[in-house]
Amino acid sequence: MRGNDHENEVWITGVGLVSSLGEGAEAHASILSGEQPCAARVDEATFAPYPVHPLVPLTLSKQIPKNSDQRQMEGWQRLGVYAAGLALEDAQIKGCADLLDRMDLIVAAGSGERDTAVDCKVLEMSGASDSAPLRASEILPSALRPTLFLAQLSNLLAGNISIVHHVTGSSRTFMGEEMAGLSAIDNAFQRIAAGQSEMCLVGGAVNAEREDLLLAYELGHNLWRHSFERIEQRAQRGGGFVPGSVGAFLVLEQRRHAERRSARAYARVTTVGTDRVRRTNAEANPFACVSNLIDETVAGSTAAVFSGASGVAPVTAAELAFLDELKRRAEIEYMWPYGNILGHAVEAHFPAGIALAALAQHSGRVSRTLLGECPGRFSSVDRIIVTGVGHERGEGVAVIDGIPTRGANGI
Amino acid sequence: MGSEIHDKFSRPLVAITGCGLVTSLGQGKEENWSGLTQGRSGIRGITRFATDGLRTAIAGTVDFLRPSPFSAPALAIAMAIAAGEEAVIEADIARVGSFPGPLYLATPPAELEWPQRKSLWDEISESGSTGYQRLLAAARGRKHEDMASLFQFGSVADHLADRFGTRGLPMSVSTACASGATAIQLGVEAVRRRQANAVLCIGTDSSVQIEALIRFILLSALSTRNETPEKASRPFSKDRDGFVMAEGAGALVLEEYASAKARGARILGFVRGCGEKADDYHRTRSKPDGTAIIGAIRKALLDAGVGPEEIGYVNAHGTSTPENDKMEYLSLKAVLGDHLARTPVSSNKSMIGHTLSAAGAIEAVFSLMTIRTGKLPPTINYDMPDPEIPLDVVPNAARDAAITTVLSNSFGFGGQNVSLVLSSP
Repeated sequence: MRGNDHENEVWITGVGLVSSLGEGAEAHASILSGEQPCAARVDEATFAPYPVHPLVPLTLSKQIPKNSDQRQMEGWQRLGVYAAGLALEDAQIKGCADLLDRMDLIVAAGSGERDTAVDCKVLEMSGASDSAPLRASEILPSALRPTLFLAQLSNLLAGNISIVHHVTGSSRTFMGEEMAGLSAIDNAFQRIAAGQSEMCLVGGAVNAEREDLLLAYELGHNLWRHSFERIEQRAQRGGGFVPGSVGAFLVLEQRRHAERRSARAYARVTTVGTDRVRRTNAEANPFACVSNLIDETVAGSTAAVFSGASGVAPVTAAELAFLDELKRRAEIEYMWPYGNILGHAVEAHFPAGIALAALAQHSGRVSRTLLGECPGRFSSVDRIIVTGVGHERGEGVAVIDGIPTRGANGI
Repeated sequence: MGSEIHDKFSRPLVAITGCGLVTSLGQGKEENWSGLTQGRSGIRGITRFATDGLRTAIAGTVDFLRPSPFSAPALAIAMAIAAGEEAVIEADIARVGSFPGPLYLATPPAELEWPQRKSLWDEISESGSTGYQRLLAAARGRKHEDMASLFQFGSVADHLADRFGTRGLPMSVSTACASGATAIQLGVEAVRRRQANAVLCIGTDSSVQIEALIRFILLSALSTRNETPEKASRPFSKDRDGFVMAEGAGALVLEEYASAKARGARILGFVRGCGEKADDYHRTRSKPDGTAIIGAIRKALLDAGVGPEEIGYVNAHGTSTPENDKMEYLSLKAVLGDHLARTPVSSNKSMIGHTLSAAGAIEAVFSLMTIRTGKLPPTINYDMPDPEIPLDVVPNAARDAAITTVLSNSFGFGGQNVSLVLSSP
């Protein structure tokens, strides 16, 4: 569905991004535009053999002033609440009680964090293989901190954003790995485009520096277990993703609403398409929705693709081959897997890609060092297509265009 | 103003054309409705795992579905399939495997459970690595596809999308104990914006697992009346002492009324309105003045275009916790005013317990059956009225009443509040 209705165009008026590269819209924009050199930050030692992109150190109290609030959260929630605060600040909505009271909150979330020491204690004390539940019932009641149950509930990132930042119009949390991020962006876009919402705070957060998270993905052999390499290379060597700690929130706003409050806009979301192809079906093409939308949208424009490819084979290899083919046919100018600098942020990955695309639209240029070329070369920005192809399931695409020059319509 | 196929706000009317149920009372609407209107309780002692030494040892488990190998997501899938099939067959909209619209699913977070974690632990000899390094080494050793696929958050939706052949990206939503109502709200919004003519909304929950039970015990949220399980859930009673965890699934097929009519579908009722409001007060408690709950109820009435006096019955969230029942009463009083004294308010949870993520969907189906049968399900175990909650709770026995419009409430941890308004055809 498209936001054809002029007044209901979906504008991006706030970006809150925290990653291994830095915090805030400006820090990330300067990397995209080449003002700051870009080298992926990777920690290969702490969780060896698994490299991860570690979060930049944060002064949490800047966005979460109360220590009591900080204590009630685990890392992924603090990261998400922090990024959400940055997005609200960036959109100049922070502290505006009447706007926050009407604002819709949409979060993409995975699982909360486990107390791995308690887990191991239970396992070490269990003898026969069926006794673990019994030991759990003996040990957990005294070992678990009651409040941290709340850190485990998926919807409690949203709950904490409501408490700390007072976003209370409505609150929905989507789950399902990459499908969570696709669902969140899709839901925000559709509601605003249909006039069902005026503004949404939408995004997610992943704390990659967790053994329990690594375990969940290593069960299906989805992680890269060698020294760091770019996604393009990984896809050719068995594949695997390198998790990245990322908090990514956007303020999406109905054009009419944004103009009325004279909000600064980075870009507009022209189209969002999502699907879930049954990949066990050999005939199925996981890029059908991506290719359909690209076919519809690339004509007459110079599009670039910010690919959300994870690195997991074979789906990443197939996506990159598909995008290379588009490039060969000159239907797109270039393709950039943005996970090369952020790592793979699963639930937060698609929102993060859209955040980067919004920043690139705003600055108007993208440094080609991101594509592995020599410094000093740039691409101008016309249309950016952000893909989100889940490492196991779920596919989506968002088209990010520039804001038409003001004045033309008497704005 | 509305036309025959539009509501007062010129939006497409959203019809219910099929629904299905699984709870601890049984499988299917008939068995459930018969149990519910007879005042039967589905709460019993937990037999799924040992509860020695735990303060709470009762729940409303669904033990008659037993997927093998057993796990919480496997049970969530089995219950959702049972409820979903009943709904799709009743709607008679397509073959069960080719549903012509999207899936909106309320499902609990999925996590590796203790039996699986332990079996992983045992795969690697003791002399090697320790702690999570040992678990990770086991995971590296061989691919655990079954475990990996079941314990991903998208797995339940993925299975259901395959089973029902729903279109597009299946959306899994969590708004804690309001999730089931949110799944319905997502469907209503999709139909209203003409994104789909038909949607399948399912809420399912299989959380009666050792760790979830312990965690709720640690929050002091659960009833400890282990001696008399069927009497443990006592919403609105003075001696209520917490909720009872329970399992189940509810499913609804929603359709744009015009297209449902055009294909000759039987219209069971309408979802007239949905209201949602987040609370910013506390992670488990609502604002003392009830403004967020009040906001959700008001928004639902406004969205439905009905006045407070048009509400004929309230299907309460009514969890049987001291906090919820009091706040729900105060909020209803604030919105319905004097009309509340004339409005019956009962809690299905007195019989089926609190089905958590599924509750909003299950209770929407019960709300619809209340309208269709003209029978109000009771609040059982109402032996000691709470003088601070002067409500007509339909005490202990079902009652005949012609109802056209129902308000169904769902509230959850994390400040989630959702209300739905359902009405007769």
